[in-house]
Amino acid sequence: MDLFETFLNFDVLARTWPMLVKGLWLTLKLGVASILAGLVLGLILCLTRLYAIAPLRWLTRAYIDIFRSIPLLVLLIVVYYALPFVGVRLSAFVSAMAALTLVSGAYTAEIFRAGIEAVPKGQFEASAALGLNHRQTMTDVILPQSIRVVIPPLTNNSINVIKDTALASVVAMPDLLKQATQAQALTANPTPLIGAAAIYLAFLLPAVLLVSRLERRMNRGQV
Amino acid sequence: MAGYISIKNLQKYYGTFHALKGIDLEIAQGEVVCVIGPSGSGKSTLIRCINRLEPFSNDSAITVDGVPVVPGRSLAKVRAEVGMVFQNFNLFPHLTVRENIMLAPRRVRGTPRAEAQGLADRLLARVGLSEQGDKYPSGLSGGQQQRVAIARALAMEPQVLLFDEPTSALDPEMVGEVLDVMRDLARTGVTMVVVTHEMGFARQVADRVIFMDGGAVVEAAPPETLFSAPVEQRTRNFLHAVLDH
Ligand SMILES: Nc1ncnc2c1ncn2[C@@H]1O[C@H](COP(=O)(O)OP(=O)(O)OP(=O)(O)O)[C@@H](O)[C@H]1O
Ligand SMILES: [Mg+2]
Repeated sequence: MDLFETFLNFDVLARTWPMLVKGLWLTLKLGVASILAGLVLGLILCLTRLYAIAPLRWLTRAYIDIFRSIPLLVLLIVVYYALPFVGVRLSAFVSAMAALTLVSGAYTAEIFRAGIEAVPKGQFEASAALGLNHRQTMTDVILPQSIRVVIPPLTNNSINVIKDTALASVVAMPDLLKQATQAQALTANPTPLIGAAAIYLAFLLPAVLLVSRLERRMNRGQV
Repeated sequence: MAGYISIKNLQKYYGTFHALKGIDLEIAQGEVVCVIGPSGSGKSTLIRCINRLEPFSNDSAITVDGVPVVPGRSLAKVRAEVGMVFQNFNLFPHLTVRENIMLAPRRVRGTPRAEAQGLADRLLARVGLSEQGDKYPSGLSGGQQQRVAIARALAMEPQVLLFDEPTSALDPEMVGEVLDVMRDLARTGVTMVVVTHEMGFARQVADRVIFMDGGAVVEAAPPETLFSAPVEQRTRNFLHAVLDH
């Protein structure tokens, strides 16, 4: 049997391409929505962890540690299959987005914290001495300086979120991977899977290379 | 008589380490006080307590213009009145020189942008940096950065200026330009507390020099007295060491 016929069958690819594109669209929607929601959640968690009253600080810290430890697949299955038992029935998309956001938020919080802690103490002191309050200090002085430090790890985290969207196929969400496996079943040919792998790579490889470049630039010392 | 800045029984602990051991100090409005003393004697800690960058214990009392330096609304009031200049400048690197100066008036006072801009440009002219407003701090020399930091502090029109070794991080050839600006300021009637190793500056500009050692004020006197006829042995030893190195 010809390897090309099996794994790179252009006829099969052409026939299943619309399915893959539909899956890709859903994957991107899920990924981008989860990344954005994770950023908001992460910023809130980070500021709470650093500056709130002690009990809230402990709670967010516990949250962050737990959600960085739990396997995403487990969380996803809990949200999708276990919550209905207590009457919470979420769609596949919302379940996947919730799981991705909860975890991404925990990682993002730690990234923001490192970014804030990378800003020298003197910047806080100069702000305080000028009479800026805490909120003004954060928005006008500290966070703008943190942004540059956090961009490479945030991009990294975003790559991970996009990759993890593939797990949503286990809750029957027709994302890129799910569409590819279905196309494979329909055509009795693995080419759609190869196609899906190529699409993931086309999106994520440039992002990975971008992170390396950013990191190299930061290491050369302009922070 | 209570001073414009009044410090009573100032005690400061870092953990168990007793950094300030009951400082009493009254500083009059418009007075220029220089604080000298060996490394670790508590000079920075003392002036950082005046605007409460360092918290201090409750049985200590500091007031500025009658306002107690305690957390909350009154601290905000004190900080708006008290400017500070740091050894390492602490300019905001992501803002231009002009924006560095405009930030506090805009945010704390709510000064309109155009007005704050005019204020920044006047202050830059005053410290001899008229042409530098659009640059970022990293594009300036150390001496220029410190003059921007002074302009930034002046933008809040403070009644009091605190300086923590403002020339110690500078190359020797830039010390003069910063001291010149400070000398001009001293003539404007603003109250100044200056931690410094520049004995020449202290001798010329200070109304009173305070010698600290081991977390306490050992001796305080006008410069002509303190430098030529110090009473305490510890002051004499210190001056001997720094003046004929
Ligand atoms: N954040 C801190 N934590 C613990 N100890 C501190 C801290 N800051 C200062 N100290 C200690 O308090 C003492 C006084 O420090 P301070 O910085 O006020 O001295 P200084 O007179 O300004 O010295 P220098 O001339 O070196 O600046 C020193 O022994 C120092 O080690
Ligand atoms: Mg010091």
